[in-house]
Amino acid sequence: MSFLEVKDTTLKFGGVTAVDNLSFSVEEGEVFAIVGPNGAGKSTVFNLISRFYDPIAGSIVFDGHDLLKSKASEVATFGVARTFQNIELFDQATVLENLLVGRHRHRGTNFVSELFFTPSVKKQELQSRHFVEEIIDFLDLQAYREKRIAGLPYGVRKVVEVARALATDPKLLLLDEPASGLSVEETTDMRWWIDDIRRQMGITVLMVEHDMGLVSGVSDRVLAMADGAKLALGTPQEVQSDPAVIEAYLGHVA
Amino acid sequence: MRIVFKTDYMQDIRPWKDTYQLMLYMILLAVVIAAPMLIDDFYLGELTNVLIWALAGMGLMVLTGHTGQASLGHAAFLAFGCYANIIMMEQGVPFMVAFPLAGLLTGLVGVIIAIPALRLHGIYLAIATLAMSILTDDIIVLTETWTGGVSGKYAPPVNVFGFDIDRWGTPKEFYYLVLGVVVIVTLGYINLMRAPLGRSFIAVRDSEVSAQAMGVDIARTKAMSFGLSCAVTGLAGALMGLFAGAFNNETFSVIISIELLMMIVIGGLGSIHGAFLGAIVIGFLPQFLSISKEWVGALFGGSSVAIPGLEFGVFGFILILFILFEPMGIYGRWLKIRTFIELFPFYRKDMFKRQKSYLKTERLR
Amino acid sequence: MDILQLLISGLANGCVYGLIALGFVLIYKATEAVNFAQGDFMMLGAFVTIGLTNAGYMGIPFWLAVPISISIMALMGYLLDRFVIRLMFGQSQTAVVILTIALGFVIRFVAGMIWGHEPQSLENPLAGKELRLGELVLGMEDVAVIVVTILLTWGLYEFFNRTKMGLAMQGASQNQLAAYYMGVPVKRVQGFIWALAGAVACIAGILFAAKGAVDPSTGLMGIKAFAAAVIGGFGSLPGALAGGLIVGVIEPFASRYIAAGYSQVAPYALLLAVLIFRPHGLFSQVRVKKV
Ligand SMILES: Nc1ncnc2c1ncn2[C@@H]1O[C@H](COP(=O)(O)OP(=O)(O)OP(=O)(O)O)[C@@H](O)[C@H]1O
Ligand SMILES: [Mg+2]
Repeated sequence: MSFLEVKDTTLKFGGVTAVDNLSFSVEEGEVFAIVGPNGAGKSTVFNLISRFYDPIAGSIVFDGHDLLKSKASEVATFGVARTFQNIELFDQATVLENLLVGRHRHRGTNFVSELFFTPSVKKQELQSRHFVEEIIDFLDLQAYREKRIAGLPYGVRKVVEVARALATDPKLLLLDEPASGLSVEETTDMRWWIDDIRRQMGITVLMVEHDMGLVSGVSDRVLAMADGAKLALGTPQEVQSDPAVIEAYLGHVA
Repeated sequence: MRIVFKTDYMQDIRPWKDTYQLMLYMILLAVVIAAPMLIDDFYLGELTNVLIWALAGMGLMVLTGHTGQASLGHAAFLAFGCYANIIMMEQGVPFMVAFPLAGLLTGLVGVIIAIPALRLHGIYLAIATLAMSILTDDIIVLTETWTGGVSGKYAPPVNVFGFDIDRWGTPKEFYYLVLGVVVIVTLGYINLMRAPLGRSFIAVRDSEVSAQAMGVDIARTKAMSFGLSCAVTGLAGALMGLFAGAFNNETFSVIISIELLMMIVIGGLGSIHGAFLGAIVIGFLPQFLSISKEWVGALFGGSSVAIPGLEFGVFGFILILFILFEPMGIYGRWLKIRTFIELFPFYRKDMFKRQKSYLKTERLR
Repeated sequence: MDILQLLISGLANGCVYGLIALGFVLIYKATEAVNFAQGDFMMLGAFVTIGLTNAGYMGIPFWLAVPISISIMALMGYLLDRFVIRLMFGQSQTAVVILTIALGFVIRFVAGMIWGHEPQSLENPLAGKELRLGELVLGMEDVAVIVVTILLTWGLYEFFNRTKMGLAMQGASQNQLAAYYMGVPVKRVQGFIWALAGAVACIAGILFAAKGAVDPSTGLMGIKAFAAAVIGGFGSLPGALAGGLIVGVIEPFASRYIAAGYSQVAPYALLLAVLIFRPHGLFSQVRVKKV
């Protein structure tokens, strides 16, 4: 059994088949990338794993948990964290507060103890804070700790999203286009971070990305999709030289 | 210029930033405790009224300001708390039991209402709660056997720790009763907002999808927020009933619901301070208007006749100005002024520029 | 016969609700804002017309006063958009709702200052005339209300679905940015829509004041019309009219066949039922946010 196993999954939006009988599996410890032209259904795969949509067929199993039997909020508690293509942060909260929400799945206190802010709540808050501070150090966000998201530049927000996902202390991290809209330097940073996330933190990464440089630099395996279906699966070099993939990209451009 | 140096995580976990701030709040507390010695019974009554409104404002603030669910129907919960309290007392339940129980029951009602309300977003929730508030009047009339319908009910004096308290006979004691409730609720509110539950409210307000992706159960969080909001509003309603002395089906009209929402918008959505600042505006606006009317009358030699609708007109006008020019309310404005003073002379005009309102746009882009 | 009479007067009332609801939907369709002051606009339109034509005020001939007051209200709508609503760009729908509720308070106050708080009716050429169809006796005003409403709804519907301008406006509501890139003058379209909503409110006000009497608090009727709009699905013009008619008819029948008090309760109970079982109204499609 693989770490994450997506099997024969199909999802339709009205007439559009966003995901078409798709199967792939991600092994523990690897960086797995999904590529494909716009509208290929990459983000929809993430949304299926996050349980935002119900597929009409197929199964998704993560680390022994049948995700299709779980609620959307439970997915995070199993250890799956994600970022969003169009950045979905808590805009009116500070960076620190955003990251602390990431600790939510480790909440061991209840309403009553929080109402009185008992010593156990205080202890948990301190622990959360320590954990979050490590992430802040790791991603160099010290300067923005107390800033509200609403006033931050785009590149910083992208990093905060990654930080918030890491704050959940995940086993599997889903990154939806982590480098889109970033400058060349920022993309380089992102590349080293993804490497460190896998090597130092031991987190499995599943990522959607258009930047082939980044994809071939960090990923072990690549899945190419078009129109919701699998085109090719293999090492970055194999996929890049696959005729069907070249065809799909050129066909898309033409 | 004043800079707070942070050396310890506790500085962010405890409710005050530094001793200076703690001192300010202590002075404020001392002033409100000393208030009955400082002002006459009339103004003490006004202050009591402001505190009750602030309590109701905190109730709505949890739901609207912190969880992002706009309610135009909170007068219904004021009414429920008020009637529940009085009816239980009439059945012989002592106030000390009936009062918290009234809050608890109102909270339960809130949780039940949250179930259908979960499916409603933004404007649809606002209109559903508005309809509920309009129906409250009729429901009170229809359940006349318990509520007294149109003829209404009178609030008896209440007994707290052996003291008989009533609004007219013992205004000072009544003030302390209200103050005590307000302080307790405020402390609980502060605690929640610095703990995981409070943060999950904010998460739901700002982005439901990513809250879910962080493991926040949207349905449970909203139900919790509804329950808490309604419980606090119910307590405020019970106190409002005691303060008014007599009430009937028209006391908690839909206008009160609207006023309550406007109040927290003016005060500043998304902050506990906002509930208090808004209540001060609501509470003292009538006084202010009648004083300024006399003043204008004296100046131009006209008589000071009552102008119907003046209060609401002026209140509406103030609100429009706030929404247009300071969507973060009085508290938001105060934060800017404070930052300006603290950072002087390094304040930049664009520091708050991109902060818009707390109620997020539902527009699809 | 009795039932028919009840039905007709219910329909006439429903038409007024429908017209106000039409204003809500117009603005919502084009700008996704909700103008809670639409009922107060109606009240204001009624008073402006009364002020122009009633013998006690200016006494201008009715048929001259009507176009003038419609123009005045259209201008009010335009100015409101230009100087208030446009400043709210980027704020939420809910903020606009709160703002327009507040605006309603202000309008009611101003109307009370100018025209007083006594109910007044509009002097008009149809007053007191009747239409007899066999045993059925209909007030001419009721007939006029129904006819004008149907014509107006039909006209607006055609406008939105047939003309280029109308289609452009629909586009502007669905995706402002895309519409802007396609060359739709989004801002001008919005101004036009608010003006149109003002004009429609004025017509509703004229009809309402002709068959009854207005006072400043009449504007609160907007809440009922809003219920009608939601019942009708908030986003379709015929739906708004249908919602208005449902509310208009349900009221007299509820008070007749259940109990007197229930005419107030029925529309809101229906609204809640609709929201619980069809959270986006009877005739509308749900849109999900894409992430
Ligand atoms: N909520 C939705 N409702 C309707 N259609 C949707 C929805 N979400 C996605 N789609 C459609 O499904 C298809 C796949 O979309 P998806 O967002 O997964 O593409 P993508 O591969 O992530 O593309 P991009 O590279 O542009 O992000 C598209 O045709 C899109 O229009
Ligand atoms: Mg995508």
